[in-house]
Amino acid sequence: MHSICFQATGVPGSNYIFDSCSPALAISKPINLRFCGLRKEAFGFSGLTHSSSGRVHFSSRGHSKKVSASAESNGSPPKSFDYDLIIIGAGVGGHGAALHAVEKGLKTAIIEGDVVGGTCVNRGCVPSKALLAVSGKMRELQSEHHMKALGLQVSAAGYDRQGVADHANNLASKIQSNLTNSMKALGVDILTGVGTIVGPQKVKYGKVGFPDNIVTAKNIIIATGSVPFVPKGIEVDGKTVITSDHALKLESVPDWIAIVGSGYIGLEFSDVYTALGSEVTFIEALDQLMPGFDPEIGKLAQRVLINPRKIDYHTGVFATKITPAKDGKPVIIELIDAKTKEPKDTLEVDAALIATGRAPFTNGLGLENVNVVTQRGFVPVDERLRVIDTNGNLVPHLYCIGDANGKMMLAHAASAQGISVVEQVTGQGHVLNHLSIPAACFTHPEISMVGLTEPQAREKAQKEGFEVGVAKTSFKANTKALAENEGEGLAKLIYRPDNGEILGVHIFGLHAADLIHEASNAIALGTRIQDIKFAVHAHPTLSEVLDELFKSAKVKAAASSHGPVSEPVAV
Amino acid sequence: MASPFLSNTIISFSSSLSSSSSLPRLAPSIPFSAIRSKSTPRRILTVRSKIREIFMPALSSTMTEGKIVSWVKSEGDVLSKGESVVVVESDKADMDVETFYDGILAAIVVGEGETAPVGAAIGILAETEDEIAEAKAKAASKSGASTPSAPPPAPTPAAASTPAPPKSTPAPAAPTVAEGPRKTVATPYAKKLAKQHKVDIESVVGTGPYGRITPEDIEAAAGLSPSKKNVGLAVVVETKPAAPAKAPAASAAPSSLPPPVPGSTVVPFTTMQSAVSKNMVESLSVPTFRVGYPVTTDALDALYEKVKPKGVTMTALLAKAAAMALAQHPVVNSSCKDGKSFTYNSNINIAVAVAINGGLITPVLQDADKLDLYLLSQKWKELVEKARAKQLQPQEYNSGTFTLSNLGMFGVDRFDAILPPGQGAIMAVGASKPTVVADADGFFSVKNKMLVNVTADHRIIYGADLAAFLQTFSKIVENAESLTL
Repeated sequence: MHSICFQATGVPGSNYIFDSCSPALAISKPINLRFCGLRKEAFGFSGLTHSSSGRVHFSSRGHSKKVSASAESNGSPPKSFDYDLIIIGAGVGGHGAALHAVEKGLKTAIIEGDVVGGTCVNRGCVPSKALLAVSGKMRELQSEHHMKALGLQVSAAGYDRQGVADHANNLASKIQSNLTNSMKALGVDILTGVGTIVGPQKVKYGKVGFPDNIVTAKNIIIATGSVPFVPKGIEVDGKTVITSDHALKLESVPDWIAIVGSGYIGLEFSDVYTALGSEVTFIEALDQLMPGFDPEIGKLAQRVLINPRKIDYHTGVFATKITPAKDGKPVIIELIDAKTKEPKDTLEVDAALIATGRAPFTNGLGLENVNVVTQRGFVPVDERLRVIDTNGNLVPHLYCIGDANGKMMLAHAASAQGISVVEQVTGQGHVLNHLSIPAACFTHPEISMVGLTEPQAREKAQKEGFEVGVAKTSFKANTKALAENEGEGLAKLIYRPDNGEILGVHIFGLHAADLIHEASNAIALGTRIQDIKFAVHAHPTLSEVLDELFKSAKVKAAASSHGPVSEPVAV
Repeated sequence: MASPFLSNTIISFSSSLSSSSSLPRLAPSIPFSAIRSKSTPRRILTVRSKIREIFMPALSSTMTEGKIVSWVKSEGDVLSKGESVVVVESDKADMDVETFYDGILAAIVVGEGETAPVGAAIGILAETEDEIAEAKAKAASKSGASTPSAPPPAPTPAAASTPAPPKSTPAPAAPTVAEGPRKTVATPYAKKLAKQHKVDIESVVGTGPYGRITPEDIEAAAGLSPSKKNVGLAVVVETKPAAPAKAPAASAAPSSLPPPVPGSTVVPFTTMQSAVSKNMVESLSVPTFRVGYPVTTDALDALYEKVKPKGVTMTALLAKAAAMALAQHPVVNSSCKDGKSFTYNSNINIAVAVAINGGLITPVLQDADKLDLYLLSQKWKELVEKARAKQLQPQEYNSGTFTLSNLGMFGVDRFDAILPPGQGAIMAVGASKPTVVADADGFFSVKNKMLVNVTADHRIIYGADLAAFLQTFSKIVENAESLTL
């Protein structure tokens, strides 16, 4: 499965599950390696312990009758349908699919067992961006050197924890109601309850303890998302040992917090906590921090985001046991060597944040009714997101998008997948190119990427026999960045000199997350460097970093400058 | 003596700055002895034959300082010519810097992540092992001297002389109260600080939660003043009391200082504070006396309400009133320089005490009697902005002939100011409060009254002088419209 993950996404960090929009959705490579191994456990409890997230856990008591009753009609799909499309799960993926379905004229319903907006809006990308906005401002105000360089004088910056927490919460509520209203306005039926597939083109939903309703649809999309993954041995009490779900509420700012996992989630939270005055200790299972990033970017990021801050780290270790603070004792973390498995160290800290990635939330979906078995909790799909059953055959009219299929655990990837599915069911052949989906980490400064990392590109080049070119530009030469006194940063382009194809772009610097789209759009549209380098950028803007990047690439003269590089790659 | 130290500090500062301003700035401008020309970038220069300094190279024509990205080599590593030693980040790029000599990297003077100007020594190269000790001593003196922000090396003689790992053995403070073989727990920042200041973390006794070592513990062990980042008080527009200093300490007989209370921290004076302290002690040589006077401010308050929208502040009003009164009583504007004569000042320059960032400054409104109220307010605004930006020119803070200090906005009803050396009088203004008064006919009414207290040098200004001056001042304030003329 590990290799499936990898191939499936083929993107930097592809074999780690992450969500650029959500710090909560990231998993770092090392942990993920273990994660793969532990997937069974994850699967085992993901549905049991997280009944509040995404979908309420389907309890068999009281419902079994209906299940079997409806199962009788398994073989014969209904002739007429209540809906054209039913989406199970109203996260960002389901929402994107629903909007597009309406645009395409489909009668659409969406089933949500918890809150509209899913992880991203309620427990992920959205509230974390509110916290990161605060941390960014705090950082600026606290940096005397930076302020002085701009000629500014500011008295001591302080913050009110509850105020910050409220900001995050208000933002989530606001976005949540926006999502709900946008769907209602378009005429999408929002059905409340747990959605369960009871047969082909047939879904049951209802709140626990209430009678179920059965609805039919021509096509069904599973978009049930994921929940934080907690490795075994770690006792989460929600106060001193927490997951991103708790951390986003910012109920406390500990003096010293250990963050298990240095992927997107961990990194973003380290940015928040250190800005608010905490000291941070990273626990990373691989030998280096930030394993999901292009190595060069990772190195620079460590130099800027880790070394000068109040952060230390232990790499190459697993946290085998984490005990919450109690009886006058601090949080105790037992570490073992990742390779030798020998006890290595014990840490005593005030709190621990488990940021080891996310586990799919697919338990209780009724997949057994259509003969589908999940793989480590993920719903198996083909490159067109069609669900595959135990015999390797496609299940007709059933699709799975987003974190639940594990292809690329990003909110916007889920949405793109949803749109792709709608395109397919409305008769347009569409395959999503996952290599064109950008990812971002909203630290200060930000990190963003699209396509392959340099090692991935070189591996591919060796296999397929082409040459790899690398071009780099620095933010230090950019007028706008210097005006902001934020010259720290690097943009890196990985390309094919023979035909000008963009293989990957990685940016570390001011507003990197907003800058990546020029590159991701180029990849999506198959634009070559020799063409895009003539595009004009306003001066002075940060986008000139990319302008300079494209111009500095050395594409061989023979490369033609017309037409897309290649057909989008199906993955 | 309601708040003696407030007035202390207020006064002293004006003169303190004048003295300190004449001193050369004690910036860490260490002369970089005969350094190579900047035209040879990426070259490591020698100064001496055996022990060589590794300099911050100029990697580009515009580079003035560089940041050490990382040391490729560690202390004690043997280097051979042409090897990469350190990665330096310039304003343009990161570059590996190579050594041009064989030798041993004896000491790293500028650590990773730190910045040094072009030409500054960033490391020491010894030719043989025998010279390592000497090289280290040299390094220690360099790093000691160039550490900015570090206060004058009070209790840390360690680095300078001892060649070995420069950490004077920690005070044998009751070694960790035996709790079994408990391991040392230090926070991430504490570890970083320990490394930076070369503190042996094992020797530090933690005072944090669960006995962990905190950054403060390391700072204490390194003899540094706690770097309280979040202290910097808001910049003040009007006068404001300085941070409460320990008032009696200076005057008290230095013989029987009680031992510091355990857990107390000792924070050395800044240059500004030292100057304040010096002047306060100096002021004891002047025989001063005080005269108080209640002033009715209803007219002044009414005027203030009227002119406030035009940008006039209470400070400007009071300064103007004082200046007009001084014009009629030149003796109060005079000073006694030598104890034998009056020095009558030709200008009336009102110094106004302002608290700024834990210090104090007295911007001076020059010729306050001649400028009109609006110009005065405008001038005051400029001065405060300059003071905030630390851009006051010496004559803008040391040319005062009379000082005004106002604590009224804090509700202080009266206080007593100390006379700054070089001036004849200082006025301490309290809050204006509604007060019941009876007039000559026995009618009661409520008037706003403000208590004004002037401290003066009795060698030149006598009681009657001050009383007359205050009476004039009071009349001006009570007929406030005259201030706008």
